[in-house]
Amino acid sequence: MALDSKSDGEKLNFKVIGTRPLRPDGIDKVTGRARFGADMSAPGMLVGLVLRSPHAHARIKSIDTSAAEALTGVHAVVTRADFGAVENEATADVLDNCMAGDKALYDGHAVAAVAATSGKIAKQALKLIEIDYEPLPHVTDVDAAMQPDAPSLHDGRANETVPEGMSPNVMARHEFGHGDIEAGLAQADRVLERTYRTEATHQGYIEPHACLASMGPDGQADLWCCTQGHYMVRNTCAEILGIEQGQLRVTASEIGGGFGGKTTVFLEPVALKLAQKSGRPVKMVMSRAEVLRATGPTASSSIDVRIGMTKDGRITAGFAELRYQGGAYPGSPVDMGSMSAFAPYDLENVKTVGWDVVTNRPKQAAYRAPGAPMAAFAVESAIDELAKGFGLDPLEVRLKNAAREGTRASYGPTYPAIGLEATLRKAKDHPHWSAPLGPNQGRGVACGFWFNFGGDTCVSLNITPDGTVTLSEGNPDIGGSRASMSMMAAEELGIPYDKVRTVIADTGSLGQNEVTDGSRVTFAVGLATIEAARAAKREMCKRAAMVWGIDEEAVVWEDGAAKPAGPNAGDHEPMSLAEIAAIASNTGGPIAGHFEVNAEGAGVSFATHMVDTEVDPDTGAVKILRYTVFQDAGKAVHPSYVEGQFQGGAVQGIGWALNEEYIYGEDGILQNPGFLDYRIPVASDLPMIDTVILEIPNPGHPYGVRGVGETSIVPPLAAVANAVSEAAGVRMTALPMSPPRVLAAIQSENG
Amino acid sequence: MSKIHVTTTINGDPTEYLCEAEDTLLDVLRDRLGMTGSKEGCGTGDCGACSITVDGRLVCACLMLGAEAEGREIGTIEGMAKGDTLHPLQQKFIEHAALQCGICTPGILVAAKSLLERNPDPTEEEARYWLAGNLCRCTGYDKIIRAVLDAAQDMREAS
Amino acid sequence: MVQVKVFGSLTSATDGRSEVNIDASTLRELLDGLAEQYPAIKPQLERGISVAIDGKVYNDSWFTPIHEDSEVVLLARLKGG
Repeated sequence: MALDSKSDGEKLNFKVIGTRPLRPDGIDKVTGRARFGADMSAPGMLVGLVLRSPHAHARIKSIDTSAAEALTGVHAVVTRADFGAVENEATADVLDNCMAGDKALYDGHAVAAVAATSGKIAKQALKLIEIDYEPLPHVTDVDAAMQPDAPSLHDGRANETVPEGMSPNVMARHEFGHGDIEAGLAQADRVLERTYRTEATHQGYIEPHACLASMGPDGQADLWCCTQGHYMVRNTCAEILGIEQGQLRVTASEIGGGFGGKTTVFLEPVALKLAQKSGRPVKMVMSRAEVLRATGPTASSSIDVRIGMTKDGRITAGFAELRYQGGAYPGSPVDMGSMSAFAPYDLENVKTVGWDVVTNRPKQAAYRAPGAPMAAFAVESAIDELAKGFGLDPLEVRLKNAAREGTRASYGPTYPAIGLEATLRKAKDHPHWSAPLGPNQGRGVACGFWFNFGGDTCVSLNITPDGTVTLSEGNPDIGGSRASMSMMAAEELGIPYDKVRTVIADTGSLGQNEVTDGSRVTFAVGLATIEAARAAKREMCKRAAMVWGIDEEAVVWEDGAAKPAGPNAGDHEPMSLAEIAAIASNTGGPIAGHFEVNAEGAGVSFATHMVDTEVDPDTGAVKILRYTVFQDAGKAVHPSYVEGQFQGGAVQGIGWALNEEYIYGEDGILQNPGFLDYRIPVASDLPMIDTVILEIPNPGHPYGVRGVGETSIVPPLAAVANAVSEAAGVRMTALPMSPPRVLAAIQSENG
Repeated sequence: MSKIHVTTTINGDPTEYLCEAEDTLLDVLRDRLGMTGSKEGCGTGDCGACSITVDGRLVCACLMLGAEAEGREIGTIEGMAKGDTLHPLQQKFIEHAALQCGICTPGILVAAKSLLERNPDPTEEEARYWLAGNLCRCTGYDKIIRAVLDAAQDMREAS
Repeated sequence: MVQVKVFGSLTSATDGRSEVNIDASTLRELLDGLAEQYPAIKPQLERGISVAIDGKVYNDSWFTPIHEDSEVVLLARLKGG
């Protein structure tokens, strides 16, 4: 349903929205009381562990689990043979990723699992499982995998969009755009052609995947796990295990980070199967090496760009061919990259072609604005190089070409009111833009775009007898959303923030909820919260009308109380929420409001980032000196958490730009499955991350809220690359810009 | 194989437990004693989520054996608040929104407390280098550093 | 009749046309009409598709109204992190 049609009119005089109250789960999280995925236990619990492939690509000829099963203390062993066939192709891939079938497709691919009375016994049991592997040729690089003679992972799985004669590893082709590229390029004063590469990075959440499963012989099951969406876990596990969704109750633990990586399942179906076979609760927790080897990194990419520009900075045409490998199964986010690559610009001639490629790497999982950061890196680097080549101000060039209301987006539709130009103007006026730079220092800017979406959402709001409010929603709180929901409910009901407590309900308590992804929660769950509060208000007005003996239409809700609407309604003292709650049993029973919706029509989001870097010409080391984020939030419900999303996304992008990468050896084995060698940014790598929140209301939300979670990771790859290129005096076209790469670039530039 | 009997002190409470020779102190805290406030993010001493103090020294509980706690004074996140009074660092972390998911928070708080005990007036740079062993993936560290410096100032003014 | 913009990789299913006309007043009628007139587009519809109607993106809501003069654009199914 469209959401702008039923708004009570834009609300402007906020009392709670825009303030910075303390989050309700704060004390639990600073005292160690909060329970995350691995913090739960159950009586009689077993420990489950997974055996993983040591090969990049191998046929599994046989698995002998008899010795493991015979070990004292082992209660169940599971292989793919314990799972039935799954009809849906996408879910079948998820199952195959959780437990390999005929072939192990990457280093770390799960091939068997055990449940035992202790971790020590479970480890011994893994060593007793005998697997006869036939190693096969492998490929981990996207360009190599596209060669016609590359080792093939799956034959015959390319979809109808892929031309004949290509490598069997090419799964899909995507094309977007409009206009005439060659005609546009012909109008340019310069056409820049470049190839850019980015390496796979991991979402890097600090909490490894963990779950606790139990399942009775009657098919009833309970699952506790850290996930971005416990309804998704329920539905996927039920499909894989062949049980009914209503028989599986999933409770989401506190979640220690996700960033898209916890939008699928890895351990959960295996734990349920072990629990079913053993008749005991089974707990599984991944090690960090397992997280890096076998859970979703993002795609690596190889991107060709051709952009034409006139000498006054007008882009005449933009073309990009994007090749993303998404690991061992189809579904890399190259379609999203292809749609978003040129989205910030108003272009007459634009075209992108994306290739979805499989390789012998773990199945990619979504990572914050999936697919967009790599595409933005390529396009924003090329625009920067062209602008600087003409001696033009890179911000002015972006302003000149910026998409605005009425622009036909590169991916097709016409934009409504959008905030890109506003972020660029704010950036231009900001003191950061005019601050002096020293030797070996450079400044970079880049823009970023992300779609955002809504999806299925349920909220139930209950008024307690003492006049406080409990709010149940179905989306794991990944960065303070319980505070935002309580704020929106309090705002709508006209009561203080601390009178509302928001909880994340289990799957037995609400209807279907889309995963916490797509920057959807503050938008969609917030919208449902507001509508649930409005439903409760209507009911409370009705109760007051009963007491006063007047028509319910003659009662309005203001400042947390029911009041007669105008003199004709009679002279009655307002009845507060608490007063109405106290007599609820006398006026018809408990009072609640609920709302269920597929919240469609979320607004797109734009950001501009600015960064100063210093490059050490002797070592190639890069230091981030200053960083400023300019992003449109629609309306910032809790500004501290909006700033937090901006800052966190920017720093993840800095890590992607400077250090993080999956490194595979010639043998196809991941060389750096640990936080020592897979280096995410640490506190001493960074300055403060300054933020400028713009508020251009989203007409699709009653309070104007826009999703903010993902866009902030889109610009930093290019912004940092533009700054490093300026500081180093050489254009950097491959990420990460780790010291050896930067040093080699400087040395090759200097001959 | 017989287990090892350990007598130690945790957050001021005398504590005894039996552990396997290879159990880390983190295993003991989480799995044997039910003290799950210390988190395991890596098991290799790279992330700092299991930061505790041993005789006042900051260590990763995943890098120490349970058996090594014999006769020591262990401090964990569970001992940071005194009754219902939060430590100033805990309060400032909530006020500054210095946590998003909160998984790294216990380790960072233990490490920050250890910093302020040694250096009550750290510069931003000193705070950043002291906390460089504690990974946070959500916040970009900005609000964490602000919370630590703000808590330090309040603690100095209060003393 | 509603004019529907089709992205490049789908044009092989629409006889090379990047704009097609479908008789539809709701999203469901639009999707049914597309599948009927251009059966080769069905695999993409089954994999999932998003539709921008007057600049707003819809995934599943069948009874979203579409007007004669609405701007309707097919998109790859949106994903998020």
